[in-house]
Parts: sequence; structure tokens; C-alpha cells
Amino acid sequence: MDEMAIEVNGEHLMLDAAGALWWPSESTLVFADLHFEKGSSYARTGQLLPPYDTRTTLNRMARLVACHRPSRIIALGDSFHDREAAERLDDHERGALEAMAKAAEWIWIEGNHDPVLPVWLGGRVASEIAIGGLLFRHEPSASHVKGEIAGHLHPCKSVTQRGHTLRRRCFASDGRRVVLPAFGAYAGGLDVEDLALRSLFADAFRAYVLGAKRVYAVAA
Amino acid sequence: MLATTERSGAAMSGLPDIFERWFTARGWVPRPHQLALVEHAGKGESVLLVAPTGGGKTLAGFLPSLIELSGAHPRSRRRAIHTLYISPLKALAVDVARNLETPVAEMGLPVRVETRTGDTPVSRRQRQRHSPPDILLTTPEQFALMLSSKDAPRFFAHVKAVVLDELHALSNSKRGDLLALGLSRLQAMAPEHRRIGLSATVADTVPLQRYLVPQPPTGETRSALVVGQAGAKPEIAIVASEAYVPWTGHLARHAMPDVMNAIRASKTALVFVNTRSQAERTFNELWRINDDNLPIALHHGSLAQEQRRKVEAAMTRGDLRAVVCTSTLDLGIDWGAVDRVICVGAPKGAARLVQRIGRANHRLDEASQAVLVPANRFEVLECEAARDAVLAGELDGESPRKGGLDVLAQHVLGAACSAPFDADALYREVHSASSYRDLSREDFDRVVDFVATGGYALKRYDRYARLRKTPVGLWRISHPRVAQQYRFNVGVIIEEPMLDVRLQGKGRPIGAGGRVLGRLEEFFLEQLAPGDTFVFAGQVLRFEGIRESAAYVTRTQDPEAQVPSYQGGKFPLSTFLAMRVREMLSDPQSWKALPTPVGEWLQIQQYRSVIPEPGQLLVETFPRGSKEYLLCYPFEGRLAHQTLGMLLTRRLERLRMRPLGFVANEYALAVWGLRDMGVVNMDQLFEEDMLGDDLDAWLAESALYKRTFRNCAIISGLIERRSPRSEMTGRQVTFSSDLIYDVLREHEPDHILLRATYEDAGTGLLDIARLAAMLKRVKGRIVVQKLDRVSPLAVPCLLEISKEMVAGEAREDILHEAEEALVKEAMRLG
Repeated sequence: MDEMAIEVNGEHLMLDAAGALWWPSESTLVFADLHFEKGSSYARTGQLLPPYDTRTTLNRMARLVACHRPSRIIALGDSFHDREAAERLDDHERGALEAMAKAAEWIWIEGNHDPVLPVWLGGRVASEIAIGGLLFRHEPSASHVKGEIAGHLHPCKSVTQRGHTLRRRCFASDGRRVVLPAFGAYAGGLDVEDLALRSLFADAFRAYVLGAKRVYAVAA
Repeated sequence: MLATTERSGAAMSGLPDIFERWFTARGWVPRPHQLALVEHAGKGESVLLVAPTGGGKTLAGFLPSLIELSGAHPRSRRRAIHTLYISPLKALAVDVARNLETPVAEMGLPVRVETRTGDTPVSRRQRQRHSPPDILLTTPEQFALMLSSKDAPRFFAHVKAVVLDELHALSNSKRGDLLALGLSRLQAMAPEHRRIGLSATVADTVPLQRYLVPQPPTGETRSALVVGQAGAKPEIAIVASEAYVPWTGHLARHAMPDVMNAIRASKTALVFVNTRSQAERTFNELWRINDDNLPIALHHGSLAQEQRRKVEAAMTRGDLRAVVCTSTLDLGIDWGAVDRVICVGAPKGAARLVQRIGRANHRLDEASQAVLVPANRFEVLECEAARDAVLAGELDGESPRKGGLDVLAQHVLGAACSAPFDADALYREVHSASSYRDLSREDFDRVVDFVATGGYALKRYDRYARLRKTPVGLWRISHPRVAQQYRFNVGVIIEEPMLDVRLQGKGRPIGAGGRVLGRLEEFFLEQLAPGDTFVFAGQVLRFEGIRESAAYVTRTQDPEAQVPSYQGGKFPLSTFLAMRVREMLSDPQSWKALPTPVGEWLQIQQYRSVIPEPGQLLVETFPRGSKEYLLCYPFEGRLAHQTLGMLLTRRLERLRMRPLGFVANEYALAVWGLRDMGVVNMDQLFEEDMLGDDLDAWLAESALYKRTFRNCAIISGLIERRSPRSEMTGRQVTFSSDLIYDVLREHEPDHILLRATYEDAGTGLLDIARLAAMLKRVKGRIVVQKLDRVSPLAVPCLLEISKEMVAGEAREDILHEAEEALVKEAMRLG
């Protein structure tokens, strides 16, 4: 089993080990912080990172889309690493994205990295959207909003046992709101210990840590 | 260093009058090897001088240059560097410069001597460019930096001599690669120069002789060789109790009173240990019993620079009775007062032991005094074997390394920063360095392609290229920014991500500043919770928290405080010494020299199991408690054993033996599981083909391998460790390099950087090359003992299980455990 079930504001959600959120009752698949073309963005400053990050991200997305066959896909913002990122996609990558766009209704939430999204993407563009008991937006709000599903912060958790430390991406949730891990292949991470994350939750919350085959719930 | 204290009335030969008078005035006579170097230099020949400490080696290196410089009238000479001196240590360069002033001043020679290190202020660097000194003393990194500047060809054009100090310590490392490549450039800029290599005694001089001179397109050349007079044999005592020798551990706590006595009997002692955590512990243990309040100090690589300088200064003044230190003091400036070296723990290698003992040697005709303090039974064997080897004059020979492709990438970029280069010419240059003899033209071109556009099959980065071809086919940098980035990232020493440790007053808010005690690995600090205590810089500290790039601590008292473990400094037992230990083990006659508990231990092993022949590999299986064990004794060092442990557990899993974990030490490997492993065909289990698919599958996941990749990615310039825009923290580099590794491996497994990583892993953190040699060696020579209970030889390794983690690397099991901890907490009723 790749997924872990949690309940947020009365809605039953599945956390996928690949880092996406699956909402079965709405047939909705949610990705946060895809950061397409982060690699080539670094290349502009002289660091010639392997130019395959977008492909890796798209392949991982395609696997989940094939598995869940969602009727709706939400990208929670920062889908493109910078304003010119979409223009740097090659035909292969653009084709893969267009194929996925045809398969479902897409909602592109605007992020701080990509306030303007390319027209050819299709789907709807919104700054935030409410569906059922959930509110989808890029940046988590400072006030404690019930049912908020956000990205932006790229949560990560370091787990230390017996002298070994593993650092992995994770979902962060207290049952009222969820912060999704970044999905992009080159997206970095912020430790859940960081005040920016901790301050989002009134009391104890959990880190749902991404393992190779399943999600582990640990105390944050 | 320069002192040559042998008095003699023998006739002198060949030196100019002024030098002869100077030697006489000092009451010295030039040593034969000093004269030999002058003679070789006179013929323009490069030469390797191998001589022990205290033989006037450094003066020998500079004598030819001083003579040449004294001959020419200063005004007839152009202002240019005549002699370039390169040392692995900044402090050594500074010390040698100071010592050179004596002959220069006393003979009134018209010679300007200057240093150039990372500490040299910009104004002085500028001045050196316009008005170079006659003799410039520097480090490999600064040398690379100078070579990358536009005026390098002019600056170095008139170099007549290069002196390479402590060459044995430098040549077989990535820094050695960097230096070799730099020298190949210098050869093109100053084709007439000669080189002098200075080295401690080594097992095989040929690799150094080859390193020293440009190699022809085919065949090989070697420099001349001068061997200095051997010093008196050292006197080496081994502290071993007839009553008690510990089974395991590296601290030798039981022997601290002996160490204290040895310190009392010395004017000044250097107490060498192998790791920084051992240094902290030994220092603490000694102070616990230091009833006379002898001034004993601590010195290791994590302490604040300022603190280390203080200790060194006190040492120079003769204020200290002992310094507890790590390999940071293996090399470096000579302290006349040191009259005894105490080595706590395993010597690891005969050459290392000679180097350390040499620190107490200032006169060739006096024996240096050394005390070895083994911390456990295996270390007793190792100490005995090392002493025998040193007294027999046998040393461990390292096979010369193959030059790193990551270092080459850095060099190619540096070359382009200096001036547009022709690929054919640069390849010829690089190929003339002995470490790059095996570099094919194809690989060279791939490295150039990597530097230019990343070298990816998917050509996406042409417009961001760092190098472009000019119309006449030369490679030039595409933008001045590229040169700036190169200069920020030059060098091949990669530190683990580190945090400053700041000591703050009690009750002050965390992050409110405080004195820097030193730097510690982030991976250690992030395991601490506020309130945890640990020992560092000789003090017991309470961890308060991490803010930005510093960990904040306060002083406290806690006898149970833990000691940081460090990733670095864990050099493995040398192959040569391992062989000698195996020989000693297999020869019951030699056990008589051992302390009684150690001799008895081996006798009972012989009775209960078997003592393997030197060429054999002993494998034992036995049940204990609820588990089944497999023990093997390759004696190949912890790193190779860990890699073996990873691969064996994979295979045992496939054989449904249900292995649960393993632990490795320098001598043995223990694997345990739920099924009796005695049923396994050991010849097949230890078959060399484990280095194929099994290795490949493990490497894809291995954190050690990812760390190796990170180092290569930084050295090769794929990832910047520092940028002109902002200083990247270590953490960002670590994290992103793992992501890059995953993506690159998925899409381009044959990329040149992954090749560089694989070659690096052969000798580095994974020691695959050594494991491969072992598997070959024991093929058909595996002795299997199925026992009904634990054997005596197995005990030391099994005792480490509780202290070590169950597997060599973090696996997802720990996520599982963290999850269970949460469940337990939630389900607790009270």
C-alpha cells in the first residue's frame, strides 16, 4: 500500500508515497511546487545541472495520473521555477504536459515563482479555490484556516534513530490543514522544525514522511 | 628544519666561498645529500630527495637556488620568480620562509623571500604581481589560483626551480592531482625549470620520481634520486599490561596512568590519537588524573583557528608538557622541545607511525623515543606488527592513484580562465603528468565538454556554455563571471557541512552571539536536543539550539556527556600492516612476545576454532541468543568491511537467510540473522561477482556513494560551494546534490561525473578497490568453521554491536521505528 489515509476538516484524503495528495471522493489529484525547469534556471547563472529535472517530475506525475485516473488535477503553485521556464521546455516535455492536461480538468494555482502562467497550458488559473470542505492555495495563511491545503514551504523531516539520520520530504498536518511536500525533482526542503512551518500549527502536528514504498507518520 | 648540527672538520667541496664560509661560521659541514642536490641542480636535473627528519632536508632543497641567486648581480637580474616552493601546509610555508631568512641575512644574499597563502592580503598579492620575489612559498591551491590568472605566463616565465615539500604526503591525493596538473601547466610556461621533491622515507620511490618530472608521450622518465643518511633507529616501547588487555574500544582508558607517566618522563610529549573524538576523550581522561597540573593542551582540526594558533605558540615557547593531537600535527613546523611521541590506539600504518615518531627527532644520530598504547587486543597485534616493520625499515607502499576526473575538470576551467586553450596542446600537457598517464583522449574531450556545457547527451545548455570555441578553434571562457566563479571554488578539500559552535552566557537568548569554540559536523549537531550535553574543545557543553549557521552552547558539568563522532579522520589499517598482522596471527611462535591475556586469547581460539593462514579467510558461523551469526576476518579496514557488509547482507537476503544487521571493525565483519548461515556455500557467497550487479544496486541507494558524488560535483564545478553572490551553506549543497544524483543516474548513467564518482569510490569512502583485491586473494582459500558457540576471535567485533548502529547506513527501518515511537506514545494510558 503506497498511501496513508488522513482526515482533514471532515474530508478523507490519501497521502501518496510519491508526494502527491489524492482525494478519492472528488477524484482529485494534487501536486505542490513542481518547479519545472529549475535546472535550466541554475544554468543561466553558470551551474550546469543535469537538464532532466522536468522530465523526471513529469514521469513521476504521469505514473500517478495513470494509476488514479483523476478527473481533476490541481497544481498548488510554483509549477514553473521562473517566468521564462515554460518557454524552455522542449517539445517532448511540452507534449507530455499537454497529454496530461487533456486527461483531466486542470486547476493551476498561481505561485510566487509563477504569478503568470503560460496560455497554452489549458485548464483554469486561480489564486485559490474552495472545493467541498477544502481550500486550495499556494502559500499557507498565517491564521489557522480549517481545511486549507497548501504548498510553498517544501516541508522535510529529519528522523534520527540509533545514530542514523534520514532526511526526507514529508506532508505536515494537524488534521485541520495540510502542507504538501514539494513534488519537483530539484525542489529543496525546509525542516519541519523551522518556525515558518511550526507556527502554522497550534499544537502537535505530524510529519507524514515519504518512504520508498509507503508513508510513515511520525511526530513532528 | 634548516639546522644542520653535525660538526666535522672534513674538507668541503664545490660550494661558492660565501657558502663555505657560512657553513664554517656555523660550525657545520654540508651533508652529502645537500651537495648532491647542488650537483644535480647544476646539471639542470630534477631530483627526489628522500631523507628522515632532522637531516637538513629543507636547506638542501633551497641550497641550489640560493647559490644561483647569489651569483647573479641583482641589477642584472630581472624581477621574476626564480624558485617556487609548494607545501601542503600554509603554516609550513610560513615557517620555512622565516627559516630561510637566516642564511639569506647572514650571507647578505640579494634574495627576496615571500609567502603567498590564503591569508596574504590583497595589497601584497598585487605587489607580488608587479614585483615578484625571488623565492615564493605557497600551497597547491594558491598555485592553481595564480596559474588561472591572465598574467600567469608572464609571472611564471622565468621560474628556474620548483621545490615540493612533504611530497609523500601530497602526491597520492586529490590535492596531489591538482598540483600535478598545475606543474604540467608550469612546464609549458617555463620549460627550462627543474624540480626538487622532498620526501620522508617511503617504501617505493619510483612513483614519486615519476610524479616529479613530465612524462614523455610514450615510455616513462624518472627524476634522479638522492637518499639521505638514515637516522638512528627509534626506540619504541609498547604499553601492555600482563594483567588486563581490553577486548574492544579505542580509548585505552586503562592505560592513561601509563600515558601520564610517559608525559612526566618527557620534556614535551606529543600524544597522537586517530580521531578528534578520541582526542577529546583522551584529553579529558588525562586531566582527570593530572594531579601535578602539568600544562597539557589539545589540538585538532575542529577547534577554532585562534585556539590552535595559541597552542602552537605555547608549544614553540616551550610552555607545554604535552599536546593531545590528531593527524593535524603529523606534518608541520618542527618543535625542538618535543622529545617523546606517544601514540594512543592503532598505528594504522607503518609509514604513518614513522612520520609521527619523526616528530620527536631533531638529530640524526639520536634515537627518537616513542611509546605505543594499544587500546584493545587486536591493536596489540597491530602495534607489535608496526614496531617490527619500523625497526626492519619496511614501510607500506601505496599504489599510485589515478588522477581524478573531477580535479581535471577544475583544471580545464582554470586553464581557460588564464587564456584560451588549444585542446590538443592541453591534452598533451595533462597527459605528461604521471597521474594522468592513462587518461584517454576521449575522456579528456568528455571532460572539456562537461566544463563547457555540462556534457549531457541532451544538448540544452549551448546558450549557457561556460566555454566557447573561438573561430580559430581555441576554448575560451564565455563570460568574465566564469573566471570569478572558478576563483571562488578552486581547491579540492571538501568539508562536511559544518556549523560554528558558539559559547554563550547562561540565560542569554539563543543566537545572541558568543565566542566561537570551533566547528562541528552538522550531522552530529542536528541529532542533539536542547539540554543534551557533549564534550568539545576540552569542555563539557550543554546544547541550546541551532540558529542559522551556528550551534549555541553553554558551559555545564556532566560526567556522562557524549563525545561527538566525526565522519573524517578514519583512515583504514594499511594493506601492508594488515598483511603483517595476519602473518603474526598465523605464527604461534610470535605469540610469546605478546602480553599473557593476548597470547591466551589466541591459544584458545586455536583450540576452539582455527587460526587462519595469512592467505586464508576464516569464516565462522554460530548461534548466540536468539540469533545466528556469521563472522569473517579479512583485516582490510573498516571502510572495505562496511562495503562488504552491505553486499553480503543483500546476498544473504536473496538466499532467504533473513539477515538483520552487521557490524564492521578494522579486522572483522559480523553479520547476524534469523537462520543458520552455516548452510550457505561460502565460496559462492564471497564470489567476486558481488562487485557487479549487487554493488550497482547498492550504490544507487548508498548515502556514502551520494556523499562521494557530492564531493566530485563540487570539485568538478557542477555545484558551487561558494558563489560571488552569496555564500551557500553546506546544507543546501548536500541536499541538492542528492537530488541531482538521482536525476542524473536515472537519465544518464554513463555521464562523466558518475564515472568520476565511481572511480573515487574505488579508493575513498567505500574502498571498493581494496575489497576487490581481498575477494581475489581469498578465492579458493576460505576456511569455514561451524561452531556451536561464539569463538574468542569473534568477541571484539560482537562487543561493538551495542555501540554501533545495526547497519552501516541509515535505512528506512528507522522511519518505521520513529512511527512506532509515535504509536507507543499515543497508546500510553498513564
